[in-house]
Amino acid sequence: MESSLIDAGSVLAIEIGTVSTRVILFDVVEGHYRFLAQGTVPTTSSAPITDVSVGVKEALDHLHDITGRVFFSADGHMIVPSQPNGMGVDACVATVSIGPPLKVVAIGLLEDISTASAKNLASTTYARVVETMHINDRRDTVERLDTLLQLRPDLIVVAGGVEGGARGSVINLLEAVGLACYLLPKEERPEVLFAGNSALVDQVQSSIGGLVNLHIAPNVRQSYDSEQLTPSQPALSEIYRLVRSRQIRGLQDVDEWTGKNLLPSATAFGRTIRFISKEYAHTHKGVLGVDVGASATTIASAFSGELILSIYPGLGLGENLPEILKLCPLRDVLRWLPIELPEQELRNYIYNKALYPNSLPITTEELAIEQALACQAIYLASKQAIKAYPPNITGSLPGLLPWFEPIIASGSVLTKAPSATQALMMLLNGLQPTGVTTIALDRNNLAASLGATASVAPLLSIQSLDATNFVNLCTIISAVGKAPADAPILRVHMTNNDGQETELEVRHGSLAAIRLLPGEAGTLRLTPLHRFDVGMGGAGRGGTVKVIGGALGVVIDARGRPLRLPAEPTTRRELLVKWSEIATSGGH
Amino acid sequence: MQAPITHILPVAAIRRERLMSAGGRIIARRGQVVRPLDVVAEAMIRPEHLLLDIGRGLGLEPKEADHYIQRRAGDQVGEGDVIAGPVGIGRRVVRTPRSGTVVVAGEGQVLLELEGQYSELKAGYSGVITDIIEERGVVIEAVGSLVQGLWGNGRINFGLLRVMAHSADEVLSPSLMDVSLRGSVIVAGHCDEDKTLRTANELSVSGMILASMDANLVPAALSVSYPIMLVEGFGHLPMNPDAYLILTSSGGQEVVVNAEPWDRIGNNRPEAVISLPEGAAPENPTELAAFAIGQTVRVSSSPCKGMVGTLTNLPQGFSLLPSGLRAQVAEVRLSDGKIVQVPLANLEIIG
Repeated sequence: MESSLIDAGSVLAIEIGTVSTRVILFDVVEGHYRFLAQGTVPTTSSAPITDVSVGVKEALDHLHDITGRVFFSADGHMIVPSQPNGMGVDACVATVSIGPPLKVVAIGLLEDISTASAKNLASTTYARVVETMHINDRRDTVERLDTLLQLRPDLIVVAGGVEGGARGSVINLLEAVGLACYLLPKEERPEVLFAGNSALVDQVQSSIGGLVNLHIAPNVRQSYDSEQLTPSQPALSEIYRLVRSRQIRGLQDVDEWTGKNLLPSATAFGRTIRFISKEYAHTHKGVLGVDVGASATTIASAFSGELILSIYPGLGLGENLPEILKLCPLRDVLRWLPIELPEQELRNYIYNKALYPNSLPITTEELAIEQALACQAIYLASKQAIKAYPPNITGSLPGLLPWFEPIIASGSVLTKAPSATQALMMLLNGLQPTGVTTIALDRNNLAASLGATASVAPLLSIQSLDATNFVNLCTIISAVGKAPADAPILRVHMTNNDGQETELEVRHGSLAAIRLLPGEAGTLRLTPLHRFDVGMGGAGRGGTVKVIGGALGVVIDARGRPLRLPAEPTTRRELLVKWSEIATSGGH
Repeated sequence: MQAPITHILPVAAIRRERLMSAGGRIIARRGQVVRPLDVVAEAMIRPEHLLLDIGRGLGLEPKEADHYIQRRAGDQVGEGDVIAGPVGIGRRVVRTPRSGTVVVAGEGQVLLELEGQYSELKAGYSGVITDIIEERGVVIEAVGSLVQGLWGNGRINFGLLRVMAHSADEVLSPSLMDVSLRGSVIVAGHCDEDKTLRTANELSVSGMILASMDANLVPAALSVSYPIMLVEGFGHLPMNPDAYLILTSSGGQEVVVNAEPWDRIGNNRPEAVISLPEGAAPENPTELAAFAIGQTVRVSSSPCKGMVGTLTNLPQGFSLLPSGLRAQVAEVRLSDGKIVQVPLANLEIIG
């Protein structure tokens, strides 16, 4: 790579999360971008400081101690671009996931069509839909007005009218929005995003544009049978930036440092996954990103550059943790625990964790609980995300995860797990992938920052997507089909670079592992039995596939899809322990 | 690194904002001495609206009807008042079906804001109004014993403190409760059945300060009409000695329980403030501190959850925890003399 291709020099990435604030410095070394150093401090949004910029400055002080670089001028301004004397940075980007989800009212024409699309659009950022309105909800304008005034949403998403479709009904629905904004004090007015029939844009602007903070985005429902959320996401990110900067003290300063380019972390994470999917388009599979954070669990699914982003604030592992109890019974979390724990203790743990979201698990029991919660959050999030996939996305069976290559995992609970096996089991049990796929851990939790840097230094993103930052955990082979328990369902023959051969007959309900050193190439020949599907062109079809060894070698998951655990608790716990031991055996 | 602080102070100077959810009228004045039940501000909240179709009422096109609308935005109207007309030989008019305020008039329509629910904001604390926040509320300064909690059910009230705990983790049961508790704020150790919470509601207690509660009681705790504050959290946890001493030695004193949920960004958390006789020399709570040797700290997670001790050492670098994670830790001497290593992330300063 010639240095002339480098689009910016040093880049500072700031990440403000619910728990931690991190600053990461990248710079060009011998013509390539390198991750130089990072500084992490607890986020300072809460009392007594209540100003996130204080935490950022503290983290930058750490970075200064490590690198010697000066980031601020004497008058307290960030130095961008860098000076000939080496002070400052050439570009600054920032991502944020802190704060309560945006309160959203979704408005559309029909409940199942455009209103659903408005809701789906809201789910692509940190938001919670608190109310929906549509033409069949039996409310008149005044009732809608009173509802809006009571709810005081941060954002109203309006969809409706396919291209060339309805007009008058959409304008009627907007009457309540205009009136509500007129009656609210200017500083309390919600942002309004219109993502409906494009022929109405002028009319919408003239009818309510003077009253509301109006944003226009491409129609999310161009036709009755197609939903397109991606083109509207930049407008949504912009709204998130505006609302958050008002709500969180100090964020406006950070936004200024980035040239008003502050991004939601999940959006930036999605950008990285979309980018990788373009690189992997030749596999004809999607790329899946999973980020389990304190504020939300994010599932980013990209298919040849088309991103489907799903953010679940109710599945964050921080202050929102008790919300998981509204989404599933406690036993669904308990099933992933290899230790005996009464339901009551688990419930107490969940509520206490919400009181101290920054706390770390000290004991192995606490760690097991947090990992069980993460596993269940991934499970619930991926089940929801699958529903948004277009019908042409292929997989083995409806309701299961389709073919992906690779799966990228981010978030401290996964990337900082004490053992690779723990990270793998959370992902394997939570996602239940199918076919042949690689699982990579975003070891330094850089994926979101790299998505943010893409706009100022695209090469940085490309050059950082390497094995130093994204650790190959293992190659997974997940066979899907029906057979009696313990029946042989897959023959695996692996030849590594040295010509060493390994043969394995895998039985239904089991997990198996083959050792393959990290970075070592191997060739797998798969022969499914009982018409099991390993993603090689249909049920019962096998073939050869080249694989690269990961931290845990090659893991064959024949436990069944969907995974069904034994009902008897002791047997289940013993099995979970056994599976972990088997997965570990592929490692080094 | 800044450390989280929970205030548990025998004599503290307290400054609190009391705000309404919507704009309203401030009744209190700067310098006024207030008691918890004194109303400091009032507002009409959740007003409803009524849209009158004047065009249809007068049988005219909207634009034409506008000429006959007699009221403008901001006008007060009473029930039955003529709002538009008269029109034609029949002298057709439109009258307001209810009293309210005209907020928009035009395009053949009139939008009326009807009277909402009257809401008043009580002082909540005994103290002095030191500042007025225009249309929103007041700032009150008070002196009292301060015990901050971890969880609250969102209610606020005050009463005389009634100590029901003979030990820091004694279970409060319905059999221990009777009508003499009416109007009292109960201090107890642990609660593990919703019947206890319901019984207290039936007895009209004014509040409940618990060391801990089982998490499955959260829905019941949110449904009762009195404030509930947890000092230690969920599970069967004893109250820390500092809070226990302050609360159990204040029996019969007036106490305010502000059990608002912990809002880290808004800087609000549940707390109990016990009134003190005049002349007490208050301590200003420390709001900003880094971890340092000699501080009293509380552990926020197992295996020493809720235990209080003295920070004795801050080793450099990262230490390996039994869970396998690595973290910056502190060494803490617990009250039983045992020294434990705790991640800084699992500690808070008590003071």
